[in-house]
Amino acid sequence: MIAEALRILTLQAGFNTAVVVAGTAALGLAAGMVGTFLLLRRRALISDALSHATLPGIAAAFLLGVALEVPGRSLPLLLAGAVVSGLIGVLTVQAIVRFTRLTEDAAIGIVLSVFFGLGVVLLSHIQALEVGGQAGLKGFILGQTAAMSRNEAIGMGLLALGAAAAVALLFKELRLVAFDAGFAGGQGWPVAMLDIALMALATLVTVVGLQTVGMVLVVALLIIPPAAARFWTERLGTMTVVAAIIGALSGWLGAALSALFPNLPAGAVIVLTAGALFLASFLCAPARGLLATAARAAHLRLVVAEGNALRRLLLPGVAAAPSPALAVWLGARGLLRGGRLTGRGRVAARAAERNLRLWERLLAEAPAQVPADANWGIDPIDAVLPPDLVRMLEERAPCR
Amino acid sequence: MPLTVRDFLQLDLPALLAAVLACAACALVGNFLVLRRQGLMGDAVSHAVLPGIVGGFLLAGTRDTWAMMAGALAAAALAGVLIEAVRRFGRLESGAAMGVVFTVFFAAGVVLIEQGAARAVDLDADCVLYGQLEDILWLAPTGWASLLDPAAWVTLPREVVTLAAVLAVCVAAVALLYKELTIAAFDPDLAGTLGLAPGLVNTGVVLLTAATAIAAFEAVGSILVVAMLIAPAAAARMLTDRLPVQLGLSVLFGVAAAVGGYVAAAFGPFWLGGGHSLNAAGMIAVAAGLLLALAALLGPRHGALGRRLTARRLHRAAARNTDVVAAGPGRP
Repeated sequence: MIAEALRILTLQAGFNTAVVVAGTAALGLAAGMVGTFLLLRRRALISDALSHATLPGIAAAFLLGVALEVPGRSLPLLLAGAVVSGLIGVLTVQAIVRFTRLTEDAAIGIVLSVFFGLGVVLLSHIQALEVGGQAGLKGFILGQTAAMSRNEAIGMGLLALGAAAAVALLFKELRLVAFDAGFAGGQGWPVAMLDIALMALATLVTVVGLQTVGMVLVVALLIIPPAAARFWTERLGTMTVVAAIIGALSGWLGAALSALFPNLPAGAVIVLTAGALFLASFLCAPARGLLATAARAAHLRLVVAEGNALRRLLLPGVAAAPSPALAVWLGARGLLRGGRLTGRGRVAARAAERNLRLWERLLAEAPAQVPADANWGIDPIDAVLPPDLVRMLEERAPCR
Repeated sequence: MPLTVRDFLQLDLPALLAAVLACAACALVGNFLVLRRQGLMGDAVSHAVLPGIVGGFLLAGTRDTWAMMAGALAAAALAGVLIEAVRRFGRLESGAAMGVVFTVFFAAGVVLIEQGAARAVDLDADCVLYGQLEDILWLAPTGWASLLDPAAWVTLPREVVTLAAVLAVCVAAVALLYKELTIAAFDPDLAGTLGLAPGLVNTGVVLLTAATAIAAFEAVGSILVVAMLIAPAAAARMLTDRLPVQLGLSVLFGVAAAVGGYVAAAFGPFWLGGGHSLNAAGMIAVAAGLLLALAALLGPRHGALGRRLTARRLHRAAARNTDVVAAGPGRP
């Protein structure tokens, strides 16, 4: 079992499996990159409407193929139908938001369910026709890698890499629009065109993902990797790369797992893998993860408590013994012995006192100079402000 | 195929009843989702309950409604908590938080279903998406006369009974909490200062949505649930600015879509000379979409046509006023 798993993961379990695994990884990579900008543009769930809206197009394309007597199930025709009806779905969402009093969430829900309902009706019509190949259509709903041929997998991988390359080429423009669409418009960038390009890339990824992941879950590949990447960094470039890696990893591991356990549906396994990566990022990522944030908050609380206790010990004639736990902590750091400050403790207390005094003076004299990203009164002021400003604060007498 | 009374009563009537009850309940609850801009909550809930339904089913080993219902409610509650946790602690926007949680839940449900299928359990992913309206049978009635027989009503299909109960709960909840729901929907801050606990009302709306979605889910499928939670309420909102009217209209639209869609799917193809019926749940969703499109086009004040007429009237009035001003300078 383990040997088999290793062979699949290292792409050595037969050419077909290798191509499907690699193609799915490419899909995840592209989805992560496109999804990053969808997430930042707050368009994440429009892709849910988009993916569900592909079903009537697929069914209509199948009927067209039957009418034109295209032999068997022609994948390009079906996917072209998916693209057309997916785009109609997205445009309908935008038209509803623009021309009626309904909000975007309602528009997404309406398009998603009504288009999907129409697709289901068409499918039930197709089921009753006496033609071949209609069974494969249901595979688009929940995805099935098993039915994928070698050429389809290669085509899927190439299309996905194309989408990823397009994001890389448009990176500067997409970044500008994602963060400040108004400024981008003022600078003369075609914001509407860029938004359309982004939705077109999302459509491409969705349609490519229909076969493996299925239309109900392909939206997860566009949302989960970027959302997970958001925990790792505050920089867009890094976030795009991390989202691409997480997406590719989900596709790769998920497709390998479903090759290993053939009765597990590929799409669900890929999404669960992505979900596990999301959970790991949510908890453990150093930049915005839950544990890191909690640790930083606890450290900050400790620094504040320590500074307050030390300053209180400096005051003459005040009964200001720190709480027992804090006393033990200060004792362990060698700042306090027998309820009195040690020499080092006195130095630290004076420094804390000076730090707070300078921060207070800064707030009183030049509130506009207080940096927004600093912890007022806590961060060492010498590390935050330039030395000449600190010297000025020290020389200035308190204003009261 | 000639339609006999017996066929209609045994096959079509129970399905129609289930569809009408499900649509009415969803439409009623959906009003508050649409007003609170939580339209996607229906989408999220109807996907997220899947592992709960399958889990309850696998644990209980039967298609007992209560096990599945309990599992689904637990899954919905867990999903709600997780969405809130990801949104708050992960500092993600709520759409993305929902997208992450409900897709993972749905994927878990699909995997569970496949595990169940491996153990020869009769439940498949298709019926989750578009329900099994056509499979609801009521064997008791044999003719119109038996509709008057109480003994026949006792054997009503379980789905219909559940849906009727949920509709009753929804009507009762809206009637009892009408004032609270209204204030919390239109002005949560005011509701807070009045001591009405908008957070609690919010949780209540989500739970009510979940209960309705779950009950409707098994009979009509998740897609129809999403359509019915949003489309009738949205259509009603195009036609009126008054909440009581909107509530009434939305239920009316829900019922109309259910009847129209079901009839079109079950009998339409035969009237057109086809030989087989179409999927009813999908057709009902399409009917709801058509109703919404009509309302959006023809609504007297908020529809496209109505707005154009209003604009033209204003234009004329403005032109008249300028004429008056131009003709008579020096009038008082």
